[in-house]
Amino acid sequence: MEKPFAITLDVGSSKANKTGSWRTERPVYVDLLPPCSNACPAGEDVRSWLYDAEEGGAGYERAWRTIMEDNPFPAIMGRVCYHPCETACNRGQLDEAVGINSVERFLGDEALREGWSVSVDAPSTGKKVLVVGAGPSGLSAAYHLARRGHAVTILEAGPMAGGMMRFGIPAYRLPREVLDAEVQRILDLGVRLELDAKVTDLDATMAEGGYDAAFLSVGAQVGRRAYIPAGSAAHVLDAVSMLHGLAEGERPLLGRRVAVYGGGNTALDAARTARRLGASEAVVVYRRTRDRMPAHESEVREAEDEGVLFRWLTTIKQVEGGAMTVERMELDDTGFPQPTGEVDELAADSLVLALGQDTDLSLLDAMPDVAVDDGVVQVDGTLMTGRPGVFAGGDMVPGERSVTVGVGHGRHAAEQIDAWLAGRAPRVPADRAVAPYDGLNTWYFADAPRTHRPTLETVRRQSTFDEVVQGLDEDNALYEARRCMSCGTCFQCDNCFGVCPDNAVLKIGRPGEPYLIDLDYCKGCGLCASECPSGAIAMEPEEI
Amino acid sequence: MTVEPKLYQVDTFAVGNRLLDPAQRSEQARADRSNAITSGHRACQGCGEVLGARYVLDAAMRATGGNMVAANATGCLEVFSTPYPETSWQLPWLHSLFGNAPAVASGMAAALRAQGRSDTRVVAQAGDGGTVDIGFGCLSGMFERNDDVLFVCYDNEGYMNTGVQRSGATPPAARTANTKALGPEPGNAFGQGKFVPLIAMAHEIPYVATATVADLRDLEAKVETAMGMSGARYLHVLVPCPLGWGSASEDTIKVARLARETGIFPVFEAERGRITAVSKIRRWQPVEEYLRIQRRYAHLFGEPRRDDIVARIQAQADHNIDRFGLLDDDPGYEQDQE
Ligand SMILES: Cc1cc2nc3c(=O)[nH]c(=O)nc-3n(C[C@H](O)[C@H](O)[C@H](O)COP(=O)(O)OP(=O)(O)OC[C@H]3O[C@@H](n4cnc5c(N)ncnc54)[C@H](O)[C@@H]3O)c2cc1C
Ligand SMILES: Cc1ncc(C[n+]2csc(CCOP(=O)(O)OP(=O)(O)O)c2C)c(N)n1
Ligand code: SF4
Ligand SMILES: [Mg+2]
Repeated sequence: MEKPFAITLDVGSSKANKTGSWRTERPVYVDLLPPCSNACPAGEDVRSWLYDAEEGGAGYERAWRTIMEDNPFPAIMGRVCYHPCETACNRGQLDEAVGINSVERFLGDEALREGWSVSVDAPSTGKKVLVVGAGPSGLSAAYHLARRGHAVTILEAGPMAGGMMRFGIPAYRLPREVLDAEVQRILDLGVRLELDAKVTDLDATMAEGGYDAAFLSVGAQVGRRAYIPAGSAAHVLDAVSMLHGLAEGERPLLGRRVAVYGGGNTALDAARTARRLGASEAVVVYRRTRDRMPAHESEVREAEDEGVLFRWLTTIKQVEGGAMTVERMELDDTGFPQPTGEVDELAADSLVLALGQDTDLSLLDAMPDVAVDDGVVQVDGTLMTGRPGVFAGGDMVPGERSVTVGVGHGRHAAEQIDAWLAGRAPRVPADRAVAPYDGLNTWYFADAPRTHRPTLETVRRQSTFDEVVQGLDEDNALYEARRCMSCGTCFQCDNCFGVCPDNAVLKIGRPGEPYLIDLDYCKGCGLCASECPSGAIAMEPEEI
Repeated sequence: MTVEPKLYQVDTFAVGNRLLDPAQRSEQARADRSNAITSGHRACQGCGEVLGARYVLDAAMRATGGNMVAANATGCLEVFSTPYPETSWQLPWLHSLFGNAPAVASGMAAALRAQGRSDTRVVAQAGDGGTVDIGFGCLSGMFERNDDVLFVCYDNEGYMNTGVQRSGATPPAARTANTKALGPEPGNAFGQGKFVPLIAMAHEIPYVATATVADLRDLEAKVETAMGMSGARYLHVLVPCPLGWGSASEDTIKVARLARETGIFPVFEAERGRITAVSKIRRWQPVEEYLRIQRRYAHLFGEPRRDDIVARIQAQADHNIDRFGLLDDDPGYEQDQE
């Protein structure tokens, strides 16, 4: 070819120069476990459903369906869960944790408004599974077993399903329409529920019904009593029975001044209930200090707002009609309360004991192979008891007691029962690294203070059982979802694609693989990794 | 720029976001951006200059529909992009000398006008050496004649291409090859050098702006504004140089961000000699945060620490904050007067 004056070579492109050979480290897209999911007892994939919800519109239903893969109670969870996810949320270190629980409630309520439902897509396995107890744990197990194609029967001792969600947690925290609707959705999958059907001998029941496996979730229903000397006129009752009676329509006689003994959530619910039933004074008596209360801070605050009073560092020595003798305590060096000998009078018409609950395990009396220790049933890592094929979860096994833990056990056990019935080895979840706060580049996240859920005005909280905490509206829920920083996974912000000085990040937009590193040209500078807001790119050494 | 009506997670801080309307995303988020400087160039790992140049030129290409040409002074940007016979440039591009890029660009604009092709726009680019030192006479001439050129200075605060020598834009106390970190006043001297954006404003040209590679949206908006105007326009972009500054290659954007957040580098816009907008500091940091991650300032943090010098640099940053009103709603000294 004729070349112009002084030109000897054709024009070439710099692309001939494969600068990827300079690299000593390469960027790799990772998918770490976010702290929210890591903390969730029900194993929800929080980040995924927030991601769907962030889209708004059609994204809400997808988000709800993602929750439903793990937890059949989004609307209940969004009300009663103690949300350890929020305690763990990385955003808490930036401004305030994402309101995960309020978004979940919004999605749960949206599903109820829109009538979204799920179906059983697995073919029938022909296996029969028994679930004992229709509390959150049993219902969750039934749901997951049914969706895997098993024929599930729940035998429930009580007159209605729900367990402590119905007979413990008061309606001002969990309206019964919500509970009923989410339970009904499970029954709609073909789960059989028999009420007033207490199991007294599990072996016999299983043989009679021809069950292939069982999941036990009888909870901890028996209010613990403490020996307190009491005169004949003294009115002493336990919190669990009182709340249970109320849920069945009874109105307990409490008098005008009510003392509640204990420091857990049950004590607070009993005191708040007493206020609503007309007690002019409800005092929680607890032997330690406020910061040592097992009750959650938000519930203590809500109780205080409603006029519930507290006597810290106090034990009850003696109860008479109209008054109690109390003793002041002191914490010793180990934080344990010790008596001081200083006594005082406390006026009270009745005393409600909220000192914890025990489990009634009489249905296992004829099964010595099922080990019981410290009043709870011992299980292995798959939640199986000493009897092959019999699994247990929720309040009746060792561990934290909450609706969410129960739901998680139900799901976990369902998976294991499914594997056990099929003769498969139990699935061992892979250990995943948790996305640390330090891995994020928080510069990129908009300044966005959290929106809190409004609460009902105090007067109505002292006389009615109307729901106290209100939901977020759509705008606020969407905003709250978008505060998620997507810790440890890509959310398609295009930063890597934009900041690469070598155009070595390709935007391919394939589902699950939005970008690709062009190793021909990537020099390994690390800018993409350091400017990734969510810490979703790791630099890995090249083998040289 | 804030996106209304609802919060989008990363607002406009990030390059793009799947939730944003494509029109609201940056040019750099587009799969069809022009990539004015294509892959295979020989800029160092994490080079801020090549990144800044692509940001600027891709935005200018979008604004002009690709109808533009570029002149380029000698410097890293030219050397790493065009080792004969290869080129990285995806637009008509002309190189002449280290010191004459503004004059070359003026000539290109004049030639296009003479041919009746004024719709083809001209962008000229140079490093800080080519702009504030050797090219300065030509630049001032281009300004005073109000030639229809957008002149972009990629300021990496030194003559990097020839081995990191001091320029008129090298900051005080910085170590370069010819301002050694020795003696009682180590590094570059205080009280010398110049800030050309203010000198450009003194020419009362239509548009002057500063920017950094750490704020892409701001940079793109300024290029778009500039390309929507005619006459002489000047854009001064801070582009960290990992090699010359001794910063980690992955920290290039972080360093630029800190330059802005400390007040070391004021980011603003001016029209006809008056400041019209200032980028506020979002998360203020002391200058030490900026200095400590650059080895060119390592002598300030050795044995003994030179807190006295750090304090002088802090005073300069505070002066910028005050003068340009970089914090909160302070309108700033410059804007107060009229
Ligand atoms: C007042 C109160 C408030 C609470 N508030 C919260 C809260 O806000 N958030 C939270 O996460 N947790 C809360 N909890 C704890 C939570 O309710 C329990 O941890 C959870 O309900 C346990 O679930 P489960 O399924 O194991 O048992 P349960 O909910 O106790 O259900 C057990 C079911 O088994 C049935 N049953 C028992 N024995 C038999 C038998 N032999 N045969 C057939 N059926 C049987 C029972 O009738 C019952 O329906 C609260 C508890 C109380 C008491
Ligand atoms: C007249 C002349 N003097 C010196 C040089 C050598 N030279 C080429 S580039 C350069 C420095 C470039 O510095 P700057 O403009 O800041 O660009 P950078 O490389 O830092 O991007 C020098 C001194 C030259 N090419 N011409
Ligand atoms: S020396 Fe500096 S400006 Fe030149 S290519 Fe390397 S990083 Fe970029
Ligand atoms: Mg330079």
